[in-house]
Amino acid sequence: MSDYNFAYLDEQTKRMIRRAILKGLAIPGYQVPFASREMPMPYGWGTGGVQVSAAVLTPDDTYKVIDQGADDTTNAVSIRRFFQKTAGVDVTEATSEASVIQTRHRIPEQDLRDDQILVYQVPIPEPLRFLEPSEVETRKMHSLEEYGLMHVKLYEDISQHGDIATAYAYPVKVEGRYVMDPSPIPKFDNPKLEMAGIQLFGAGREQRIYAIPPYTQVVSLDFDDYPFQPTKADHACDLCDATDSYLDELIVDDAGGRLFMCSDTDYCATRRKQGHIGAQGVPYGEDAA
Amino acid sequence: MISIENVSKSFVLHNQGAAQIPVMQGASLRVAVGECVALVGASGAGKSTLMRMIYGNYLTASGRIMIGDVDVATAAPRDIIQLRRNTLGYVSQFLRVVPRVSTLDVVAEPLLATGTAYDDAINTAQQLLARLNIPQRLWALSPTTFSGGEQQRVNIARGFAYPYPALLLDEPTASLDPTNRATVLEMINEAKGRGAAIIGIFHDHAARDAICDRQLDVTKYTPGLAA
Amino acid sequence: MTPLLQVENIAKFYGARIGCTDVAFDLYPGEVMGIVGESGSGKSTLLNCLAGHLTPDRGAVRFDTRTQGLRDTVTMSEPERRMLSRTDWAFVHQHARDGLRMNVSAGGNVGERLMAVNARHYGDIRAKAIDWLGRVEITEDRIDDRPTAFSGGMQQRLQIARNLVTAPRLVFMDEPTGGLDVSVQARLLDLLRGLVREMNLSAIIVTHDLAVVRLLADRLMVMKDGHVIETGLTDQVLDDPQHAYTQLLVSSVLQV
Repeated sequence: MSDYNFAYLDEQTKRMIRRAILKGLAIPGYQVPFASREMPMPYGWGTGGVQVSAAVLTPDDTYKVIDQGADDTTNAVSIRRFFQKTAGVDVTEATSEASVIQTRHRIPEQDLRDDQILVYQVPIPEPLRFLEPSEVETRKMHSLEEYGLMHVKLYEDISQHGDIATAYAYPVKVEGRYVMDPSPIPKFDNPKLEMAGIQLFGAGREQRIYAIPPYTQVVSLDFDDYPFQPTKADHACDLCDATDSYLDELIVDDAGGRLFMCSDTDYCATRRKQGHIGAQGVPYGEDAA
Repeated sequence: MISIENVSKSFVLHNQGAAQIPVMQGASLRVAVGECVALVGASGAGKSTLMRMIYGNYLTASGRIMIGDVDVATAAPRDIIQLRRNTLGYVSQFLRVVPRVSTLDVVAEPLLATGTAYDDAINTAQQLLARLNIPQRLWALSPTTFSGGEQQRVNIARGFAYPYPALLLDEPTASLDPTNRATVLEMINEAKGRGAAIIGIFHDHAARDAICDRQLDVTKYTPGLAA
Repeated sequence: MTPLLQVENIAKFYGARIGCTDVAFDLYPGEVMGIVGESGSGKSTLLNCLAGHLTPDRGAVRFDTRTQGLRDTVTMSEPERRMLSRTDWAFVHQHARDGLRMNVSAGGNVGERLMAVNARHYGDIRAKAIDWLGRVEITEDRIDDRPTAFSGGMQQRLQIARNLVTAPRLVFMDEPTGGLDVSVQARLLDLLRGLVREMNLSAIIVTHDLAVVRLLADRLMVMKDGHVIETGLTDQVLDDPQHAYTQLLVSSVLQV
């Protein structure tokens, strides 16, 4: 693909994005505006994440893309192929082999190392937007650390549902300063936001980049009498028998038959290769897939 | 307690050709502790005007109106508010209250404003209302719907709830039946007894003679009317 | 005694036009001051300058802060000023929808100011919200309803509860009874009077309704064309007005 610059974007644009990323890393959780470019895919398909990936990829990188934990959905496959073509980088589905992982709405089950980068696709970067429509006002609230409104949302949850019903995009406070939307990951993943890897968040339509440097304190907001609780389906994976992973629920027939399986396909496959078999599973390699 | 020296007042009606109407000139009066002085004079002579000047409701153009050590003629609004709260009571002919407030609360308010505990204030209010023969079934209602006589008695109860050292009474016994009139006179005497300095306007001559120590004819201070 | 608010020579211009000018007064703890005047007289401009919503072109607005005594709120930093407006100050808007979050429940509306000063116990926040709703005569079973389901009078009472929950010392009110039915107004006025006394609140009330200031305000300031033309005790200004305009204003009120 000599028709394109390495990783599609021109070098000036990548420099601009890298500056935004560095600023984001320097001010953990702070939303840095950047001049988001038109990408050859529609907004909502991960244009923010793709631009961040393009800016951090080097020819030596190994790239992995997951969509809700899965490597094999349309969105994940498209983005992976995009960088295969425009950057010529190696790709993988194995979390441990990847140096850059772009994700939509999940954090891999396997702990990341300090030589790995996790790039999130973010639809709405502003956690305060739910209650305060004015961008001028939300920026002021961030700069003055006026975060009472965030708890109003949690209060509303408890008063309406008896518990904090926010199950994804659960707001966090980063390094005791900025309140941040971790993108629509399930709150099960929130504890994993404190990790060894670098986490970069890109919102293409909203033109914002923010970041969490390695080993940064990330606290999920809560009330003293309603503490934060990461939740998942109370079940083991029906394929690999894992009890510690986030599960998707599938309706498998017209009789209402259900199947719980790991949302992280690489994690599930790895366990099955190791010989773990769930309630409805078969040994690895013997199923149709 | 009350010392009025050489006060004057005139109204300027800007919207009626800036007509200047002098209404009071050179008025002087002293009322000692425990003394009751009646203001007399024909209608329009300025009895109510003088009362209102003493209360700070009308501005005084010149002269001094000392209540204790406060000169109402020159005091700042907040000093007059303080004076009205702690020192100077006023029972007017008309009841002016917030609609919807219960009669008990209306009567207890001067006590609450001076820091009396709620239960004690209500207790005093109940005693006063009972003494003035306001039926108990009315106590929880707003006095705005009461008859003229009832309103008048609520007004008196309110005016006497707190023991002001100085009291202004504007026709306190008007529209009262003999029994209640006697009660009110008794209350005024009690106020005198505890040392209140009182200035009153009474059209009820018998009442005036019964409780007032002196009379002051304000006609002599009324420009145009003075003989 | 130190004044709670000391206003010195405030002026605000809109280009060549005068918003308000040469305004000065002291407000003491527990005092309620009314500002009256017709539309365009500058009373709302003045209120917004005092409450930090507008920056005056001249003058000082000194507030007796809890920790540092009198501080000029015009020159203090924005975070400090915003902190004041969440804690020691309250602002009651004429239209409840300007002062409420219409998509948040009544309890959430009242609780917001508590959470803004770091209340983090849901049970406590809710108990306080219930207590305050009760004080403004909204029953507990409405706590999870949104203000959109409330009548105009209830919305206004909710706004007051939301403002007073942090026990402010100074309340700014912009036509608090405007647009309400007369019977609803009376109830609200009664409520406000009670709260002002119980909490020893100081308040500045802007209104064009002379009956409102007669019932609520100790002192009165009459404005015309951006200037203060008369001040004094409320009943004195209303019963013995000195300035031609005040006389006109008072005599224009319909008697009932």
